[in-house]
Amino acid sequence: MATRTAGVVAARDVRRSFGDTVVLDGIDLHLERGEVVALLGASGSGKSTLLRILAGLDHEATGEVEVSASSAVVFQEHRLLPWKRVAGNVALGVRGADVAGRVSAALGEVGLADRGRAWPGELSGGQSQRVAIARALVRRPELLLLDEPFGALDALNRLKMQRLFRELQSAHDFAALLVTHDVDEAVLLADRLLVLDGGRLVEEIVVPMPHPRAVDDPQFGALRRRLLALLNVPVEA
Amino acid sequence: MRLRRVRLMTPVVLLGAWEVLARVGVLSPDKLPPPSEVLAAGWRLTQDGSLPAHVYESLTRAVVGLAIGGGLALVLGAFAGLLRVGDALVDPTVQMARMLPHLGLVPLLIIWLGIGEPLKITLVALGAFFPIYLNLYAGIRNIDERLVEAARTCGLSALERVRHVVVPGAMPSLFLGVRLAFAAGWLSLVVGEQVNTDSGLGFMMMEAREFSQTEIVLLGLLSYAVLGLLSDIALRAAERRALSWRRGLQAS
Repeated sequence: MATRTAGVVAARDVRRSFGDTVVLDGIDLHLERGEVVALLGASGSGKSTLLRILAGLDHEATGEVEVSASSAVVFQEHRLLPWKRVAGNVALGVRGADVAGRVSAALGEVGLADRGRAWPGELSGGQSQRVAIARALVRRPELLLLDEPFGALDALNRLKMQRLFRELQSAHDFAALLVTHDVDEAVLLADRLLVLDGGRLVEEIVVPMPHPRAVDDPQFGALRRRLLALLNVPVEA
Repeated sequence: MRLRRVRLMTPVVLLGAWEVLARVGVLSPDKLPPPSEVLAAGWRLTQDGSLPAHVYESLTRAVVGLAIGGGLALVLGAFAGLLRVGDALVDPTVQMARMLPHLGLVPLLIIWLGIGEPLKITLVALGAFFPIYLNLYAGIRNIDERLVEAARTCGLSALERVRHVVVPGAMPSLFLGVRLAFAAGWLSLVVGEQVNTDSGLGFMMMEAREFSQTEIVLLGLLSYAVLGLLSDIALRAAERRALSWRRGLQAS
């Protein structure tokens, strides 16, 4: 029945409710290889729930969900094991040849080549989140699932991390589903924007701007306004 | 550094006062002989080999009892902490049983086990069981579920998650349990050795009491204290090694 190419995510009619509250009410979602999709929605709109379903962390949902076996997750909190050194955290569950070499390469890519021996407790928030990204990258994923990955960082760190994400994406060409409530971040990073409201995907916008994008681009402003209106936060033009 | 010296002052002054008061006859030698005599008794009994033999007996009971009680606590604590069915089967019963003061079981245990070695070892094992079980169980239960999830997304199987997340995560709590178990085990041993024995520190003290050798009674107490202290030091060292990752946290 698949007429589209076999992407990295193919979900049909995904539903999930908590008690009487319907959180996801029939979601269809398809991600192509190498495609970066931002999933926007107000708090409680179910965007994190959808990501958890795709990550295989929610077994109560119904519907068809196919996700590339080669996927990795980055959460809002770094979720590093405090009792493993940075390199040990990145290597967690990595199998195959030359794990150590791959780990230090991944740490190098996030700019922490010299921190492999550190304990997570010795890192700053931004560094910890870089390690979490390295932990995902070292698996060479086809699909990266990111749940507000930069949401807990200060504004400067967030900008740096967004740039890092673009660099890594163009170097490795992984697909990514980026759950965020940050409209600027979504427009800056994604090829396609999805807006989740009331348990349904109510809007899909393909972002026509080439990378690298700048926030002072007039197209950027227009898109930003349109998204904010969809999220019920209208702004003056 | 200076405070450390100040801290030593109180016990030194107390010991000095004790020695002087005993020497001048204010303290009756039958009731409280001077510390120098306690040490002399220790030296004498070490020379004739009886103190090391008694210490060895007591230590054996402590180690065997701790191994049995602690081993059982590890198995049941892990079973109840890791599996829902284990929790239902084990935990309510253990929570009820821990309300029994185990030292109050001595009369019953004498009826069941007699007054020999099994009684003493059982008392130590009972004393050690509850702190280890309770703290291991709590340690496993309090592990951050988000870390377990992260490990799952890294492709770790259930067994690997236990090894990399649950065991190290429960370790601080387990160490606390072992520390409390050591204390409870020593206490149980002291009580158990007051019941008819023919060896061990408790026997040495009871025998000395009959002959009014108060300095040997005090020597027995001192030996218990030193053994307790040494076991605590060893445990702290093991803890520092095993939990070295926490030092980074404390420093930052």
